[in-house]
Amino acid sequence: MSAEKMKGSKILLESLKKEGVTDIFGYPGGKVLHIYDDIYKSDIKHYLVRHEQAAAHAADGYARSTGKVGVCLATSGPGATNLVTGIATANMDSVPMVAFTGQVSSGDIGTDSFQEADIIGITMPVTKHNFLVKDVKDLALTIKKAFYIARTGRPGPVLVDLPVDVTVNKAIFNYPESIIIPSYKPTTKGSSRQIKNAIKMIREAKQPVVLAGGGVVSANASEELREFISLTKMPVSSTLLGLGAYPYNDYYSLQMPGMHGTAFSNFAIQEADLLISIGMRFDDRITGKLDTFAPNAKVIHIDIDPAEIGKCIATVLPIVGDAKEVLKEMNAYLKEESIEAKEPWLKIIEKLKLDYPLTYKMDKNAISPQYVLEVLNELTNGDAFYTTEVGTHQMWAAQYLNHTQPRHFISSGGLGTMGFGFPAAMGVQVANPGKTVINIAGDGSFQMNIQELSTVSYYNIPVKNIILNNQWLGMVRQWQELFFEERYSSTDLEGMQPDFVKVAEAYGVLGLRATKPAEVREVLKRALSHNGPVVVDIRVVREENVFPMVPAGGAIDKMIGERGSI
Amino acid sequence: MRHVLSVIVENKSGVLARVAGLFSRRGFNIDSLAVGATEKPEFSRITLVVTGEDLVIEQITKQLYKLIDTYKVTDLTAAKHIEREMILVKVSINANNRSEVIEIVDIFRGKIIDVSDKNMTVEITGDYEKNEGFLSLLKKFGIIEIVRTGTVAIQRGTGN
Repeated sequence: MSAEKMKGSKILLESLKKEGVTDIFGYPGGKVLHIYDDIYKSDIKHYLVRHEQAAAHAADGYARSTGKVGVCLATSGPGATNLVTGIATANMDSVPMVAFTGQVSSGDIGTDSFQEADIIGITMPVTKHNFLVKDVKDLALTIKKAFYIARTGRPGPVLVDLPVDVTVNKAIFNYPESIIIPSYKPTTKGSSRQIKNAIKMIREAKQPVVLAGGGVVSANASEELREFISLTKMPVSSTLLGLGAYPYNDYYSLQMPGMHGTAFSNFAIQEADLLISIGMRFDDRITGKLDTFAPNAKVIHIDIDPAEIGKCIATVLPIVGDAKEVLKEMNAYLKEESIEAKEPWLKIIEKLKLDYPLTYKMDKNAISPQYVLEVLNELTNGDAFYTTEVGTHQMWAAQYLNHTQPRHFISSGGLGTMGFGFPAAMGVQVANPGKTVINIAGDGSFQMNIQELSTVSYYNIPVKNIILNNQWLGMVRQWQELFFEERYSSTDLEGMQPDFVKVAEAYGVLGLRATKPAEVREVLKRALSHNGPVVVDIRVVREENVFPMVPAGGAIDKMIGERGSI
Repeated sequence: MRHVLSVIVENKSGVLARVAGLFSRRGFNIDSLAVGATEKPEFSRITLVVTGEDLVIEQITKQLYKLIDTYKVTDLTAAKHIEREMILVKVSINANNRSEVIEIVDIFRGKIIDVSDKNMTVEITGDYEKNEGFLSLLKKFGIIEIVRTGTVAIQRGTGN
């Protein structure tokens, strides 16, 4: 054996290459200096963010838009803890990510040494798994495991903590081609017997509804879902994370269910006698009060994570497996023996869609946020990646954007992380050069990672930030208006805001503004055609609310503003 | 209902924290927990006693399986199994009731491991019901301190 020993930091970079990683997002510091020295020599592209949280969100956006594992890197202590919100965001939304953190020297762990944090302990509840590497000899194998765990089964973030001595010490580099973890064997193929039973139930149902979630997107099962719907002719509703899995404006589409879903989706669910839920987890934002949810429906639950089945909703027929594989098998059976369209049910749905469309008021002098989204639909013709921050703008984006492709609507669903959209958009843009990437932002959220203007400016990452600026923390304001007798505690930002155009310009980014409906189209056109990052400050109607709305803990067919406005 | 779960995990640092963290995070209560190496040094066994409805136990089992370091979760409650827990109990005595305490200890096949004028320390091993029965009989003398190992359990017969 003539193999030479390699420094740990180099092993890390070589391992990343073996995993096909081309881009990472990070921020240097004392305990990752050796790693950064090897990054300097490597052809892996490192994007220097301005806050570690943004590195995690960028890796997340990178992953969601491609299906590849996103990678971020931070130093020990505060660097690592700054990643936590981003890791928790990815965990809640099942996003494959590997986060590397520096750590104090293994001999110093536990001594409260400078910039030491127990990031393994801290991230245990917000990662799929995490590793502390204690010996450089284990480094390559651990990285292999981390990527394997992150991308297989129900995807999720994995953190690898690297004491500085592990990056300095040397070992022979030997990256395993494949790996078996005996205690970790996700089931991907659904039980054929259960699948046949499911088809029988679908055949017998009179009023079925399909609920498609993020699992359809992460399994790359959008094609299979579309075929499944064309074979079964059932109405299909997509959760926030499932948007784009099925064409949003198609005849069978019920659009989004739940708290700010369409009324026709919620009514259909409440009247359904069968729910076929695929890769979704009956989040409380979907179900409202559980006892009142879909009272007449039997549930077929298809999910790769057995723990999701029966967690919230009693399931008549569980199918544990990968959405793509299960749908493929279902489609194969359905092609042998077709199912007739449930015409009376489809007629009911048609009427619901006619009776309860999403609507909003247009004003000649004030810009409706929904209108901005409709103009974007027109200008991009659906061919754009969207990210969102969290709040009213996020819900309008979910409701009004025309979602036609999977992995094109990227939003923090489970954790609801303000400040997610902008850095996530950077990750999406890095992964999809040449594509249009638009971050729909609120004026509150945008300020949570506004420092990344420096990053997009430096690397010329041409993300378009569209701020639907109502000078409120709008979603909280809406709750205060509806449930707290208009006591607007700490939500009014009027007069407390920076001039977003000037802020953009200070970072060397194009800043634009629209204050009247007539200006919207031109301003957006200019933003989209600009070859570089943009911030568009769109002054929208201040007190616009998101409707329909199911009050928290209520039944989903008891909505405020069933038609999208009141 | 009371369930005894036998969980085989990787024998390495941090695994117990993952299991304990899972219980606190998901709001599951642990009645008792005992952990030790198995016949194979690379594995540890965690024996958990938990109380809950079947759906809760099912969810606990699934969540335990989700931990990457978990190999196997067995609910021993349904199978024929043997449970044991050891308890060290310090009980007040005086000249008048000392023989009564000794009698009770004998009936339960306990061992007196320390004795003084005022108190006696007894070691007792048994399943949950026997131990509870023993402790309830000692109560009237005045229990000063109880130390319990937590339940361990094994399936009967030769099968795995």
